[in-house]
Amino acid sequence: MNMSSGMSGATRVFIARLLSEYGMFVVLLLLCLLFSLLTVREQHPSGEQAAVALSERLTDAGWRDRSVVIVARLDREDSLFAGAVKEALVRAGYSRVEVIRGDPASLREELQQRAHSAVPTDLIAATYSLAPIVQSIKAQTSGLSSAEIVTPPTRRWPTFLLADNLRNVANQITVIAIIAIGMTMVIITAGIDLSVGSLIALSAVVTAWLIGKTGGEEATVGAMILGSLGGMFVCGAIGAFSGLMITRFRIPPFIATLAMMQVAAGLGYIISQGKPIYQLPEGFIWLGRGADPLLRIPYAVILMFVLYAAAHVVMSRTTLGRYIYAVGGNIEAARLSGIRVKFILFFVYAVCGLLAGLGGVIMASQLKSGAPTYGLTYELYVIAAVVVGGTSLMGGEGRILGTLIGAFVIGVVQNGMNLTNVETYTQKVVLGLIILGAVLLDRLKQQGFSWKRQRAP
Amino acid sequence: MAPNPDEPTARSEGGCSSPSDTPAVLEMAGISKEFPGVQALKVASFTLRRGEIHGLVGENGAGKSTLIKVLTGVHRPFAGDIRLHGHKVQFAAPLDALDAGIATIYQEFTLVNALTVRANLFLGRERSRGGFVDSRHERTRSREILGRLGAEIDPEALVSELNVAQQQLVEIARALLADASVLVMDEPTAALTPREVQRLFLVLRDLTARGISIMFVSHRLDEVFEIADRITVMRDGETIVTREARKLTRQQLIEHMVGRPIDDEFPKTPAATDRYVMEVRNLVGKSVLGVSFVVRQGEVLGLAGLMGAGRTDLVRLIFGADRKEAGEILLDGRPVEIDSPRDAIKHGICLLTEDRKAEGLVLKATARENFSLPSLGSWSRWGFVNRPHEQVRFASRVNELQIKTAGPNQLAAYLSGGNQQKLLVARWLETNSRVIMFDEPTRGIDVGAKFEMYRLINQLAGQGKAIVIISSELPEVLGISDRILVMRAGRIAGEIDDVARATQEEIMALAV
Repeated sequence: MNMSSGMSGATRVFIARLLSEYGMFVVLLLLCLLFSLLTVREQHPSGEQAAVALSERLTDAGWRDRSVVIVARLDREDSLFAGAVKEALVRAGYSRVEVIRGDPASLREELQQRAHSAVPTDLIAATYSLAPIVQSIKAQTSGLSSAEIVTPPTRRWPTFLLADNLRNVANQITVIAIIAIGMTMVIITAGIDLSVGSLIALSAVVTAWLIGKTGGEEATVGAMILGSLGGMFVCGAIGAFSGLMITRFRIPPFIATLAMMQVAAGLGYIISQGKPIYQLPEGFIWLGRGADPLLRIPYAVILMFVLYAAAHVVMSRTTLGRYIYAVGGNIEAARLSGIRVKFILFFVYAVCGLLAGLGGVIMASQLKSGAPTYGLTYELYVIAAVVVGGTSLMGGEGRILGTLIGAFVIGVVQNGMNLTNVETYTQKVVLGLIILGAVLLDRLKQQGFSWKRQRAP
Repeated sequence: MAPNPDEPTARSEGGCSSPSDTPAVLEMAGISKEFPGVQALKVASFTLRRGEIHGLVGENGAGKSTLIKVLTGVHRPFAGDIRLHGHKVQFAAPLDALDAGIATIYQEFTLVNALTVRANLFLGRERSRGGFVDSRHERTRSREILGRLGAEIDPEALVSELNVAQQQLVEIARALLADASVLVMDEPTAALTPREVQRLFLVLRDLTARGISIMFVSHRLDEVFEIADRITVMRDGETIVTREARKLTRQQLIEHMVGRPIDDEFPKTPAATDRYVMEVRNLVGKSVLGVSFVVRQGEVLGLAGLMGAGRTDLVRLIFGADRKEAGEILLDGRPVEIDSPRDAIKHGICLLTEDRKAEGLVLKATARENFSLPSLGSWSRWGFVNRPHEQVRFASRVNELQIKTAGPNQLAAYLSGGNQQKLLVARWLETNSRVIMFDEPTRGIDVGAKFEMYRLINQLAGQGKAIVIISSELPEVLGISDRILVMRAGRIAGEIDDVARATQEEIMALAV
C-alpha cells in the first residue's frame, strides 16, 4: 500500500483486485517472461516473413541494376517466399529477377546451365535453410564465382514468443480449457467430475463412428456436423445421468463420476472395437487444424475464447450463475431461499459432460481420427487448470477467467519446458509442484482472511 | 459511561486484590492485548477464587473470548500479569495451560465423533504397556471419572451416539482427568435443553464443592444469575464491574453491558388484529404429531417449549423445508399447496432459521448477493440479473433496517450476528412475505442487537405481518409475544392468551 500511495484510487483498487482475484495472472506473465528469456535465439524467418525482410535488405542496398536469381524448393513456404521476393523486387525497380524452383538436384542443374549461358548472375537469393546447398553449388560451379548469395537477415528473438509457438500453446490447451469451463461450474457447486477424460475418448469415437456410418471419407458437411453433435449429445447425456445420480440418489459426485468414467471408457472401446477410426473426410480437420486467414488463429482456439466469454457472462451476470455459486456456498441456505438446487446440480454435470464431448470432437478433428485411448488422465489436467485458476474445491468460490489463466499456466509450463529441453519425467514433477504451489497460495490467502476475522471483532 | 453511581467502587473491586478470605486461584491483572488496528483488550482484570463460579458477561466483541484466549495461551504476547496459585505464569500454547490445570471447554466441542468415549478421554495421553494401549486401566479410570460426574455414559460408546449434553460431560470428564483446578466454559448451555442445563448446574456445583473454580461465560443472563457466585461485566475490552451476583439486578447488569440506561428490555406495541392470515390444520410430519393454530394479522405468536418438542420441525413443515405427511395450510382462508420452500416463498411465507450460518446465509457470498437470493428470479430478464435495480433495492432495505455493512460487497461472514439477522429479515421483506417465522431470532446476538431485533419485530407486526417466533428464553417469549403456544412432544400442550399476566412457571408447567 505504501508503494502505491502515489497511484490514483481506481488504479490501486484495480491492481489490488487483479492480484487478489487473478494473482495467477501475474504468475502467468512471470512464467511467460521466464521462458522468453530462456529461449532467446537467432531466429531464421521463413515464408513471406523472410521475403519481406530480404527484399527490404536488397532494396536498401540499391542494387537495382543487378540480376537476381531466387532459388526455392517446391514446398508451400518456399513458394510463398519466392513469389513475395520477386514481387517486391520488381516493385522496387529491379528489372532482371528470375525464380528457379525445384529439389536440390534440379536446382543445381539449372544454376549450372545459367552459369554457362551468357546471362550473368549477380545475386542469388535463398532462404536460410537452402543457403548451404546453394553455397556448395556455387563452389562447384566456376561461372558462379562472382555471384553473391543473400539470405534473409536473422534476428535475436525468444522462440517462446514466436507466433507459431504461441499458437501451438493455445492449440495444446484448447481441449483442456474448454472442458475446464464445465469443471469450474461443477467444482463451484462443491462437486467434482472425474469422467471427462473418458468422455473425450467416447465422444471422439462416437463422432468418428457416426461419420463413418454416414459416408466415411466422403461424408458431407451435414453428416460431419450431425456426427459431432451426436458425440457431444452422448457425453451430455452421460453427464446428465451423473447429475441425476447425484441429485436423486445422493450418490457422492466423486463416486458417481468415477463410475461413469469407467462406463464411458468401456463404451469407447466397445464402439470402436478397440481400434482407432480413421475413415474421416479431409474437411473434418477444419475445426481442429483450420485457422482464420488473417491472424491464423485456429478455429478451435477462437471457439475456446468465445465459450469463455459466454461462460463468464453466465457466471457473473445471470441468475443461473448466482445460483451455482449459492448452491456451492451453502446448499441448505440456497434451498431454503427457494432455489431449485437439484436442477442446478443436474445442469452443471450435464454441461460439463457436453463440453467434454465438444473437447472430444475437437481432439478427433485435430488428430483426424477417433480412438478410445484419447483423453487419458485429462480429467486431472482439467481439474488442475481449475484449481490453479483459484477455484476452491470446497465450493462457492471461483472465477471462470481464473480457470482460463490456470489452463494457460499449465500449457505455458509444458511448452516452456519442451523448448528448454526439460525431460518428460522432470516435467511431470514440475507440473505437480506447480499445482501444489497454486493451492498453497490460495490457502495462504484464505488463512490471511481468517486471521483478519479473528482480529476485527 | 454507565450511569451507575456506585461504579467507581465496583471497578476497584474488580482489581486483583479480593477482600474475601477465600484464596484467589487465578488472578489476571491489567491485561491488555492489541491486534493490528484493534485494541481488543484495554484494561481487563479478573480473579477467580477457589471453588467459585464466576460469570463473565458482555456483548459480542466486548473482549470475553480474547480474555479467555490470552489466559489459555492462544493469544501471545500481551501486557499484564497472570498469576495461578500466586505464581506468575504465561502459557505458550493451550496444552501448557491444560498441564498447569486450566481446562477450557469451548462452545464447539473438540471430541472425535468416530472414537469411543474412552478413546476421547485419553486422546493424546494414552497409557500404554509395551506399545499397546492399557485398556483395562483406561476403562477403570473412565468409569470412575464419569461416575464422579454422575453421568451414565458407557465409556465404550461412540461419541457420535451421545447427545450434546452427554458430549459436554465427556469434555468435563476430560478436564477432570487432566486434574484441572480451573475450568473455563464458553457458552456451555447454548445447545442444552432447560432440563439438561439444570443437570449441568448440579454437576458444576458439585465440582466447586471439590475446590474446582469455574469461569462461566454466557449470553444467557438468567442462567448466569442462577449459577454464578460473582459476575464480571466486560465492555469494549474493559472489565467494567465485578460484583456478587445477588447484589446485582438484571436491569443493572444489562446497563453495564450496553453502557447506557435501558428503560424497557422488551419494547412492545400491540398491533394484532382479528383477521386470520395463516391457519394450520392438523399438521403432521417429522416429530410433529398433529398441530393446529392460527396467526392473525399484526400478531406476534410465541412458540415456547423444550428443545426437541417439535417447534423447529413445525415451522420447517409449514415452510415446506421438510415433507409433511398430513395436514392443511390456509392463507386468507384458502388452502394452499406447499411442497417446497419455493412454494412457501411464492405464497408469502418465510422462515428465518435458527442457525443463520448453516441454513440462512451463504457466508462466502456478499451481503448483497445474500439479500437478493430469493428475489433474483423476479429481478431478471432472460436470465440476466438487473443489477442497477438490485443495488437500489439493497440500498433501500439497508437504510430501512439500519443494517451496518462496509458496503454491498462485504462478505456475509464478516457481518456481526445482529446484522446478519437483519440482512435475512431484509431478504424476506423483499419477497413480500406476509407470514414471517423466526426460529430463535436473538440466539448468539448481543443485548443491544437483541433490543433492535425486538423493535424490528414490533415494526413488522405494525406493518400487518403475521409473526411466529420460536424462543427458548422464557423472558423473551413473555416479553415480545401477543399470544404464546407451548409445545410438548410434537403437540400443542397449551395456549397462553393473557401474556401480560403469565409467568415463566406457567410456561414450564405446560412444557414438561
